[in-house]
Amino acid sequence: MSTKHSKYAEDYLKDDPVVDRHDKTFFGVREKRDRMAHDLPEWEQLREAADNIKRHTVTHLADYLEQFEANATKNGIHVHWAKDADEYNDIVLRILQKHNVKKVVKSKSMLTEECHLNENLEKNGVEVIETDLGERILQMMQLAPSHIVMPALHVHREQIGDCFREKIPGTTESNDPTYLTHVARLHLRQQFMEAGAGMTGANFGIASKGEVVVCTNEGNADMSTSMPKLHIVSMGIEKLIPDYSAMAVFQRLLARSGTGQETTVYTSHFRGPRPGGEMHIVLVDNGRSDILGNQEHWQTLKCMRCGACMNTCPVYRRSSGYSYTYFIPGPIGVNLGMLRDSNHYYDNVSACTLCCSCDNVCPVRVDLSKQIYRWRQELDELGHADALKKFMSKRMAWMFNHTGVYNGALSMAKMMNWMPRWILNSKMNPWAYGHEMMKFPKKSFHKIWKKMKDEK
Amino acid sequence: MKVGLFVPCYVDAIYPEVGVMTYKLLRSLGVDVDYPEKQTCCGQPMGNAGFEKLAVPLAQKYDDLFRNFDYVVAPSVSCAAYVRVYHPALLKGKSPMHECVASKKTVDLVEFLHDILKVKSLPSKFPHKVSLHNSCHGVRELGLSSPSERNIPKFNKIIDLLNLVEGIEVVEPERPDECCGFGGMFSVEETAVSLRMGKDKLRRHIATGAEYITGPDSSCLMHMGGVAKKMGLNIKFIHIAEILAAGI
Repeated sequence: MSTKHSKYAEDYLKDDPVVDRHDKTFFGVREKRDRMAHDLPEWEQLREAADNIKRHTVTHLADYLEQFEANATKNGIHVHWAKDADEYNDIVLRILQKHNVKKVVKSKSMLTEECHLNENLEKNGVEVIETDLGERILQMMQLAPSHIVMPALHVHREQIGDCFREKIPGTTESNDPTYLTHVARLHLRQQFMEAGAGMTGANFGIASKGEVVVCTNEGNADMSTSMPKLHIVSMGIEKLIPDYSAMAVFQRLLARSGTGQETTVYTSHFRGPRPGGEMHIVLVDNGRSDILGNQEHWQTLKCMRCGACMNTCPVYRRSSGYSYTYFIPGPIGVNLGMLRDSNHYYDNVSACTLCCSCDNVCPVRVDLSKQIYRWRQELDELGHADALKKFMSKRMAWMFNHTGVYNGALSMAKMMNWMPRWILNSKMNPWAYGHEMMKFPKKSFHKIWKKMKDEK
Repeated sequence: MKVGLFVPCYVDAIYPEVGVMTYKLLRSLGVDVDYPEKQTCCGQPMGNAGFEKLAVPLAQKYDDLFRNFDYVVAPSVSCAAYVRVYHPALLKGKSPMHECVASKKTVDLVEFLHDILKVKSLPSKFPHKVSLHNSCHGVRELGLSSPSERNIPKFNKIIDLLNLVEGIEVVEPERPDECCGFGGMFSVEETAVSLRMGKDKLRRHIATGAEYITGPDSSCLMHMGGVAKKMGLNIKFIHIAEILAAGI
């Protein structure tokens, strides 16, 4: 009885100090988030408001999308519609080719990961430079992000030093964080100067204004759009919110939930091209309309990718992002992976104790653990239920449904105490992997009751 | 007031003393308690494993057995939570003859004592230091305490009750409502993560200097107890019912 997640996690868990550090780091972020949440008396009302705004917006998405497009066009922005990843990649490539762009600087965007934009552009001769420091480090190390907000938190500074020495000429032997940051800064500055286009994601799209809002801590989105004249925004259609009043709610929730900051260092509103430049927004569906039509799981569309559910998840903290088979890990990743391709990403559904902590940190109140429970129910029909688990469940249900059988089993249970330890501790008994077997009492409650009720 | 006692399957088989102490405690408080003998399991193990269809007949049986009581009391928070949160959906449309009624009347022992009987004193004595294990489903599905994630006034109904016991010292571990890693079949499917979570939780409980780990759910205690025994750790486990009824 195991899944890819459980196997990768078992491997990861062999290195205690690494797991300790990972768990403490992300729980630390959760604690910072808690302090922020407890500092705002209106915190729970903000969550409720955010939940309601997102419910309203995603259930009136068509209207808001049209409003957004009309206003953005008025602002001089070119708006494109992509139904899937292929169309999206084609649109971006076409824009870049039209401007003869050979190098792109981009700020962090989970949507570009989802659509494999970087690989696609590189294949077509366009160099892509990630400018978020964590993403850049991972790009140079040829690693995928292990978290959606703090993608390289699992990498040590020694590894970063080694990587820089290999990739950035002139880097000295020092692993001092300030020095390494300085090296990265100089290296990235050069990239900003040389790039022909800047790409950003969008944390929010504001329908009433036809603008996008991008939140970063490093100002790299601003650098990416301040040097090149061409700015391309990639935005999932669920990122839309109605207006500035809504934005005021999300602005207060996003950084507090994600990193425990009152706000991100930069919150930039992009409402049109720079003088003499061009701005494009590509609105991407890529399965989102289908999610909207999914009764059980549409609420995942409320997610604003803050990462709070990962930081609080006791399973994520002890198994790390790479134990999940979908590029977004943690509770939201389990759900989004199933929605992306349930035949491919079902291995992550096991990564949940149903402790419900994620449901309670989520700033837009997505019912994450309840959705994972529901996915588990769907596995059997999809043909991905674990055979042993199914067998055990059927056996148990049969026993519980037949009081006689159940009572028989109760009287037999104490026989387990007489089983030799070597049998109980065999590989056939996964409980014995980390547990000593329990002692069964001489009499079950059922038996004791029969006596007690006579004395009543 | 007529109360049905629900002693979940694993408590019945492995921890009958929890059922006995719950019964004694309720009787000592003057409650009229009965135990329908045909009861078995609420269906949670199958549901959490992904086979809730198999739990439907069990939910039906549960409803039939307990529907005529004023309250159903269970000394196990995750089972009470499964009945309350999941049974209505399980029986929706499945029992056209009647709506699911027992679910609404089902409470955990803590809720029954704290919210319904509003117990203000207990004759029990337990002169020991205990570290409280706030089981997830008690915290986040039944609302026995304020979840650490939420900005709501702090409360803990279990601590309120335990503090009525003479001589007791109640402490909570660091990260007081982080999961212990049991999760039903999670513990045998994700064995490595489950074990690691159990060890972490035990370490934090032991760091309080308590003699006992106590809680409202024997399944969490069973998980931590199994890990502790395998690791040779010296700490005892006791269900809160056994403390609240100590000396009765």
